[in-house]
Amino acid sequence: MNSGLPSEQPSGLWQPNRQLSKRTEGIVKFIFGAFALVSVVTTFGIVLTLIFETFEFFQEVPLWRFLTDRQWTPLFSDAQYGIWVLISATLLTTGIAILVALPLGLLAAVYLSEYANPKVRKWLKPALEVLAGVPSVVFGYFALLTVTPFLRSFIPGLQGFNALSAGLILGVSIIPLVASLSEDALYSVPDSLRQGSYAVGATKRETITSVVIPAALSGIVASFILAVSRAIGETMIVTLAAGQNPTLGFNPLVPVMTMTAFIVQVSLGDTPAGSLAYKSIFAVGMTLFLMTLVLNILSFWVVRRFREKYE
Amino acid sequence: MTVQNPQISGGFSPAGESEFKPAMAQRYRWDRIFQVAALAAIVIALLILTILLIDVLSDGLPRLNWQFLTSFPSRRPEEAGLLSALVGSIYLLFIVAIFSFPIGIGAGIFLEEFVSDGWLENIIEINISNLAGVPSIIYGLLGLAAFVRLMEPITGGRSLLAGGLTLSLLVLPVIIVSTREALRAVPDSLRLAGFALGATRWQVVRDQILPQAFPGILTGTILALSRAIGETAALITIGALTFISFLPQSWRDPFTALPIQIYNWVSRPQKPFHINSAAGIIVLMVLLLLMNSVAIYLRNKFQRKY
Repeated sequence: MNSGLPSEQPSGLWQPNRQLSKRTEGIVKFIFGAFALVSVVTTFGIVLTLIFETFEFFQEVPLWRFLTDRQWTPLFSDAQYGIWVLISATLLTTGIAILVALPLGLLAAVYLSEYANPKVRKWLKPALEVLAGVPSVVFGYFALLTVTPFLRSFIPGLQGFNALSAGLILGVSIIPLVASLSEDALYSVPDSLRQGSYAVGATKRETITSVVIPAALSGIVASFILAVSRAIGETMIVTLAAGQNPTLGFNPLVPVMTMTAFIVQVSLGDTPAGSLAYKSIFAVGMTLFLMTLVLNILSFWVVRRFREKYE
Repeated sequence: MTVQNPQISGGFSPAGESEFKPAMAQRYRWDRIFQVAALAAIVIALLILTILLIDVLSDGLPRLNWQFLTSFPSRRPEEAGLLSALVGSIYLLFIVAIFSFPIGIGAGIFLEEFVSDGWLENIIEINISNLAGVPSIIYGLLGLAAFVRLMEPITGGRSLLAGGLTLSLLVLPVIIVSTREALRAVPDSLRLAGFALGATRWQVVRDQILPQAFPGILTGTILALSRAIGETAALITIGALTFISFLPQSWRDPFTALPIQIYNWVSRPQKPFHINSAAGIIVLMVLLLLMNSVAIYLRNKFQRKY
């Protein structure tokens, strides 16, 4: 880009030091390229760490027991490692969260994209971003110390730690994610589609539910999948409010232990490296990583495969 | 995007033969219900946010005083404070800034300005969007294995440095993505003008593009920092301590941080500790608010200048 100047004729006037410029260019490019590789190295680091420690774990605990045991008791002398116990708890809290976040998030997106005038939008979007910026430990505080006592006042049998209030607040915490991604999808549906719908006599609601939402479906589904992935990996809300009690089942009223809660529980104790408990958190982490990875790839694929292009 | 609702007041078949019943009154009633439901969804979300804030303020505000800010953790809740957590969090912020800013911004510049669309950019791009979706606790496991165990001679084990490095990796995708967006917003004509004057790519980036993109990059990096300061799970996983009654003297010392201290107080059964955690949450949220205000202020200030 910079070789075209006629520097062959020395004019006695100002001469740029092209040699130096080129060398600087090379050095800068090299350093920044190395920085860009840090992200690739991070991925490799995560995958290799998880594979290595998980492999070690399965040297001591056979894979089929990991998948078929019906109890999770790593600290007992007769230790059992049934991952389904932790997965069931994760699915339970995630399921409750999704029941909250999907309808509320999608409706909020519809309001922002289709109903709100620009002035209202200007206020509502930052407000939702504030909700998105609340640290998860704060949501955990709220779920455990405010929501649970409130729910206990009218749900008999609800225990101090339970999947219900953890799931509900987990759902609230991912509303902004669903809302903002779905809104992007709804907003990018061209107006001509809406006008066509009005032209054949549909009302605004009918236009939204039968034209705009179907047209934006790939983006909306992708946002749902990402929300599920986020809920599965969320840690502090479920650790604080859902408890640390590994039980198999889907009862939202009793304490349960999610995958993330187990990792926190072991990390809080002083576990020596190389012990089975230390390796077990990597095996659980691997399970968690695979689940979120599959979901992330799925959402990527949904957007690519099903996006309707309007141009 | 608001399209006027066409007022259709009847069917289109005056002959009376058709079975088409517009039933406009009923349909418009459902329309109104739908619109109210959509508004209610946002109101519910924001209402819960408001209740949360009021709840925290009413519990924690009476506890917030100078003693609370300048005391170490204690077994007696009324003597406990969050000095070590506050200082730990601020140190962490500096470490994260030192590592993640140059690396994240450099990587963003490289991807946006130095490589043309190709396989390398593609791979890194997919990789970054995947990294952004990895749960933070997984970064904690990476930090535990890499920074706490493997690099123990350098980091000193469960130290500030190990925590800062882990958080740096965690926020790196955020910084890279926002840097790229800011660079992309700078018009190409500026680059072409620079090249036409004989500047090298780096000279163009340094002297023309970066000053223009600076506000956007700054906002992204501060938002990344505010994610780091609220992060709990990753720090617990690498083994940040919950009870530290001294200030770290170097970055190889053990540490605690605001969210860790809050977590510790919430998880205790006694009510007075819960009040402490509410007060801690107020401090954390004020810190977050400050950082975001600084981001907005700087952005506005620099935007006027260029």
